[in-house]
Amino acid sequence: MTSAITGTAGKIRGKDRLLSRFADNDRWLWRAMLAPAILYIGLLVGFPFLLSLYYSMSSVTVASQDVHFVGLENFRRIVESGTFWLSLQNTIVITVVSQFFVLVFANILATALVVDFRGRWLVRLLILLPWVAPISLGSIGWLWIFDSIYSVINWTARAVGLLGPNEWPIWLGQPTLARASIIIVNVWRILPLATVIVLAGLSSIPQDIHDAAEVDGAGFWRHHFQITTPLILPITLVALLFGIIFTFTDLIVVFVLTRGGPYDTTQVIASWAYFTGIQGGDLAGGAAISLFLFPVLAGVAILFLWLARHTEVT
Amino acid sequence: MAIVETRRITKLFDEVRAVDGIDIIAREGEFLVLLGPSGCGKTTLMRMIAGLERPTSGDIVIDGNIVNDLPPRARNVAMVFQSYALYPHLTVEKNISFPLRAVGMPKDEIRKKVAWATQMFGIQRFVDRKPRQLSGGERQRVALARAVVREPVVFLLDEPLSNLDAKLRNSARDELKQFQRSLGTTTIYVTHDQAEAMGLGDRIAILNQGRVRQIGTPHEIYGYPADIFAATFIGSPPMNLIEDGKTWIGFRPEAFLPKEIESNGDNVDFAFRITRIEYLGADRLVYGLIDGRTPETRLISKIPTNIRTHIDAGRVYDFIVRRQDIARFDREGGRRVDGGAA
Repeated sequence: MTSAITGTAGKIRGKDRLLSRFADNDRWLWRAMLAPAILYIGLLVGFPFLLSLYYSMSSVTVASQDVHFVGLENFRRIVESGTFWLSLQNTIVITVVSQFFVLVFANILATALVVDFRGRWLVRLLILLPWVAPISLGSIGWLWIFDSIYSVINWTARAVGLLGPNEWPIWLGQPTLARASIIIVNVWRILPLATVIVLAGLSSIPQDIHDAAEVDGAGFWRHHFQITTPLILPITLVALLFGIIFTFTDLIVVFVLTRGGPYDTTQVIASWAYFTGIQGGDLAGGAAISLFLFPVLAGVAILFLWLARHTEVT
Repeated sequence: MAIVETRRITKLFDEVRAVDGIDIIAREGEFLVLLGPSGCGKTTLMRMIAGLERPTSGDIVIDGNIVNDLPPRARNVAMVFQSYALYPHLTVEKNISFPLRAVGMPKDEIRKKVAWATQMFGIQRFVDRKPRQLSGGERQRVALARAVVREPVVFLLDEPLSNLDAKLRNSARDELKQFQRSLGTTTIYVTHDQAEAMGLGDRIAILNQGRVRQIGTPHEIYGYPADIFAATFIGSPPMNLIEDGKTWIGFRPEAFLPKEIESNGDNVDFAFRITRIEYLGADRLVYGLIDGRTPETRLISKIPTNIRTHIDAGRVYDFIVRRQDIARFDREGGRRVDGGAA
């Protein structure tokens, strides 16, 4: 009995020693810590990326038996297509306009939420909810909101007298309204994250700075634009970076709401790549289209990280 | 320049009375120090004068006008914060010119004013730097320059020296006093440091638990403390207190000296049993008890080092206090009933 106990204890001590020796080993510890992340990125990002590079310069289709190298043929085909330019334009317009509104609303919301009031935690929770909901489910909810017959927007507008008897906007069927709908849903989706990030930035400004600005005679606008905004600029850029990347690469909203229609007027690069490559079976074309996202996103990421670094304060 | 007055001013934070009916007048051009332990309400009082807090009741009067409903920017007061609160993203020059730009002053006038203020505090070399590139002392000067640049009617200074190291604090104190004298601007200064208060203040208001315990010149405060709180809060080490019937007897440690150096005159004698001696360079602090007295009464004597009387711990010596240096305090409310001098 006694020997059994000491035996177990001895074993545990031995294991402990091995573990602590490993934890103290600078040469291997960081490698071991990084390995899962590198493996994960390599398998789920690196490999598909290389594969799509290869596909984009080949003749592969869903059904192809033999695949051969075609050089830049796929890219030439894409650039010559009108849909590509329309999709690119839509992607940029949707991203820029939605992020503009996200920034404006996030600033307003965060400014309101940084003030202490009863039930603030509840309001914060409610605002964060859209972020927690799966995008596809949220988009389906919006699909009903924008429905051509049952649209709650239209019925409400009619009930309060905003819509005349012969007015009935078809949200997802008219090109301008369809684009606006996509933008609205993207704003709704990104706003919570942006608000929380801006809120964190606002809370990090010492109260003394605000007090000093008050005493120094700054009115609301001067205070906001010359003190608060510059101080939260770096963190706002981070929020913007996330927003741009999420919107630029998103295909779920477009896929659920409009499938790129009417007449490709809401088609974006990501959705067009999906429709071409997966639904159309042209893997090579889809891969080539999706690669157009890469330089833009890499450029945006580098630009914003640089900006965030160089506007850092304190 | 202006007279600043608070009339029965009160501030409640939830049920806590942070400031409890304070009447204070800072006279024209006066350097008034609000002194008290932390949590005594001195900073809250100053923030109410600045307009950063709203009084629960009572009035704030600046230059004869009740300013309760005016926002800070309309009061023409300048405030220096303990943290300095410099705008981290602006250069020193932009920091200093901020209050001027806020009132829409023409550009060339702003340039002149900034040049004047930076020269006054010797910070011309730093105008293009950001606050994070400055040392603590330099930041403090920038904060002061930002306060003086628009020539406010009142300066409010909230422990502006407490973030400086001890050596710098002394020279900064001297400069602060000089620039206040030369500008002649009414100044209210909050601190918990009695040396700062004594050295800077034309008058000192001692605050505790949201009330003013005493207001007077440093000389009055030290020599004639109004009550036991003021007597023990001011002075380092604090005043000695001895129970005596319905009163407390109080005298300063430096008035409590060995009999052999001053035996003539009207004195009170004590048999002083020494327990410990601290040598502090300029002074000796002698700790001990009154021999044979119950309950045990601890006293401290502060003897300048140039009085070389030999004293050993563990022995009993004759010590005296001049009768004129003794103050008496009522045991009920702690108010001084008579006596006391520095």
